[in-house]
Amino acid sequence: MPLEALVFYLLAALTIGSALIVALSHNLVYSAFALLGTFMGVAGLYALLAADFVAVIQVMLYIGGILVLILFAVMLTHRIADVDVSNRTVGRIPAVLILGVVGTVMGVCIGTAEWVQHAEPMVEPTTFGIGEAFLGPYILPFELASVVLLVALIGAVVVSRKELRGPMADG
Amino acid sequence: MDGLLLDIGLRHFLFVSLIVFVLGLYCVLTRKNAIGILLGVELILNSANINYIAFSHFSSGNYDGQVFAIFVIMLAAAEAVIGLAIVLGIYQNFSSIDIEAVDSLQG
Repeated sequence: MPLEALVFYLLAALTIGSALIVALSHNLVYSAFALLGTFMGVAGLYALLAADFVAVIQVMLYIGGILVLILFAVMLTHRIADVDVSNRTVGRIPAVLILGVVGTVMGVCIGTAEWVQHAEPMVEPTTFGIGEAFLGPYILPFELASVVLLVALIGAVVVSRKELRGPMADG
Repeated sequence: MDGLLLDIGLRHFLFVSLIVFVLGLYCVLTRKNAIGILLGVELILNSANINYIAFSHFSSGNYDGQVFAIFVIMLAAAEAVIGLAIVLGIYQNFSSIDIEAVDSLQG
């Protein structure tokens, strides 16, 4: 088995296996921790696709930022004693039916469509090209992104702060 | 068949992405826990990103797909921050983040 195929199948197994735990586990803490495996697997897939910069961004932002945030939220919103049945599911059968249809349609499309493919996939360091793209054609969305992040920052503070009412509000 | 399985191409990545997307959608459709739904959304965003990077690598030959993937990651971070802030706010008001318990509008 060629090395690329071996690495791909290992990463795909890691990604899909962890995603299965995320989707099916009855314990929310297990789900949240299994997301780590999915993010690592996806980062590995990015590296396999020669997207080195995005792979590192994935590890830093998703694992270092979003996952830690989610774990904080899990810990803050659950009494640790009763996490066992914290992650109930409803409506499994309709969901499986809908997903069966959606998944089959998309799978058939992926399998049968004639995808445009270059003979030589791009394999080179991407940082330079991404920097050029951000400061060239994508300068407006790039600047808007900073505004979006600022709004998200302020919005999170406004939404989650404790509202003081009554006598305490004056002091 | 052997070459089809061992010669990793665009379709392999699209199928991984499809499976992650379906699992994420299952999570969103069936979870009663607000954080569980947010986990499903993260899975869906990751599957979209796999598609972007795969097309960027195999089809387009430029960096547009990777730039879009970075924008998606940025928006996912903003979405997680706001979503979890709302979840914490709900928890303070209702002492529960079960989305079926949250059925009154008056704060």
